Amino acid sequence: MDFDLMITSLPKLLSAAVITLKLLSASLIIGLFIGFLFAVLRLNKNPFISKFAYGYSYLFRGTPLLVQIFIIYYGLGQIEWLRSTFLWVILKEPYWCAIIAFALNTGAYTSEILRSAFQTIKPGIIEAGKSLGISSKIILYKIQIPVAIRQSLPAYGNEIILMMKGTSLASTVTLMDITGVAKHIVSTTYKPLEVFLLAGGIYLFMTFIIHNVIKYLEKKYSFQ
Amino acid sequence: MELLAFGKTGWGDELFYATLMTIAVAVTAMLIGFLFALIFTPLKLSNNKFLNFIGNTYTTVIRGVPELLVIYLFFFGGSGAIMYVASIFGYFEYIEINAFITGSVAIGIISGAYSTEVFRGAIQSIDKGQFEAAKVLGVSKFVQFYKIIFPQMLRLAIPNLSNVWQITLKDTSLISVTGLVEIMRQSYIAAGSTRDPLLFYCFAAVLYLMLTFLSMKLINRLEVKYSRGF
Repeated sequence: MDFDLMITSLPKLLSAAVITLKLLSASLIIGLFIGFLFAVLRLNKNPFISKFAYGYSYLFRGTPLLVQIFIIYYGLGQIEWLRSTFLWVILKEPYWCAIIAFALNTGAYTSEILRSAFQTIKPGIIEAGKSLGISSKIILYKIQIPVAIRQSLPAYGNEIILMMKGTSLASTVTLMDITGVAKHIVSTTYKPLEVFLLAGGIYLFMTFIIHNVIKYLEKKYSFQ
Repeated sequence: MELLAFGKTGWGDELFYATLMTIAVAVTAMLIGFLFALIFTPLKLSNNKFLNFIGNTYTTVIRGVPELLVIYLFFFGGSGAIMYVASIFGYFEYIEINAFITGSVAIGIISGAYSTEVFRGAIQSIDKGQFEAAKVLGVSKFVQFYKIIFPQMLRLAIPNLSNVWQITLKDTSLISVTGLVEIMRQSYIAAGSTRDPLLFYCFAAVLYLMLTFLSMKLINRLEVKYSRGF
């Protein structure tokens, strides 16, 4: 074990952790919007709309994240007319391509989590609201949505951790996140064990923090 | 479309063999994962604090660290570690491990952590009376596990194991970074030489969708088979 190398690479890896966290938070925020939108579409009574939402989530959950990033980063650049639009400003940057891919991916999983949360709300709660004469709009905003959010917390916590691990794939499109920097250090020092273990430790620490924050929120907003 | 044709003009046959490679890696990794689960599930359920700690460390660490990092560690660190062990026994030549083996073991260890959690959950949800009844009837521990607990556990575990299988199947795409020619690597090669990444990566996505779809059908049939009598 080369402890000197571990000490000198720690600051480099920690500054790379900022990029990992940026990628994670940006894709989670956009993914939450996408997830909410598709969960609502999925519960729509029109079979065409709900099939469309199902297709979206099936497509993104049935293929590896790596394929999705490669299609967006390498594939979309090939379409000629896209290069002349303003979208190209975004799509030529690996950073935004990674965020788009992560957001679409986590959006698909989030839509499933929110959908099942909405579907498992006890009908009695909604009926109680109705019998008290509360308008259906207020039932949605004050009863259904808060209950659904509380119910989806544990599953969403898992999704955040999965997404954090997923951001390591950004290193395959030249981004210097924790994994990218670790690989770069290894390629110059040929000490894979030390550097990758250290990088793994940083990821593990982040998992630990996320896990405990979610646990705290679950306790705070528990029904009891 | 002719780029996807079989034969010398297209990449159809290459992609076909690459798909077989993906299936081979996924199945091997899943089996290695079962092996790990078989070792670590008893540890996680053990009353001994030390054994319990080992079991929990395995599942927590593996599920908390990116898959890609685990693969890099095995790919770049694996041969070094084996050469170090070999040097203790007086063997100093360069040893290179096959990319298939490294990849399958790396994915297998990841898959094993998820399988361990599934088996633990399944065993814990078996009715306590089953264990007690076996004890009262004087059934030995070994027979109790293989004839009473294991079949019941399998039924409870299959739906969740199908999730593990999907994760494992999708994780195999990450092995492409080690140069093993599976779907992702073959698409990368084809995309590079034809300058048509959109077509090949979309086709790779279709291949993965087909694999996940077909395996779901198969697992559903297994589920029906093992749920007989319930």
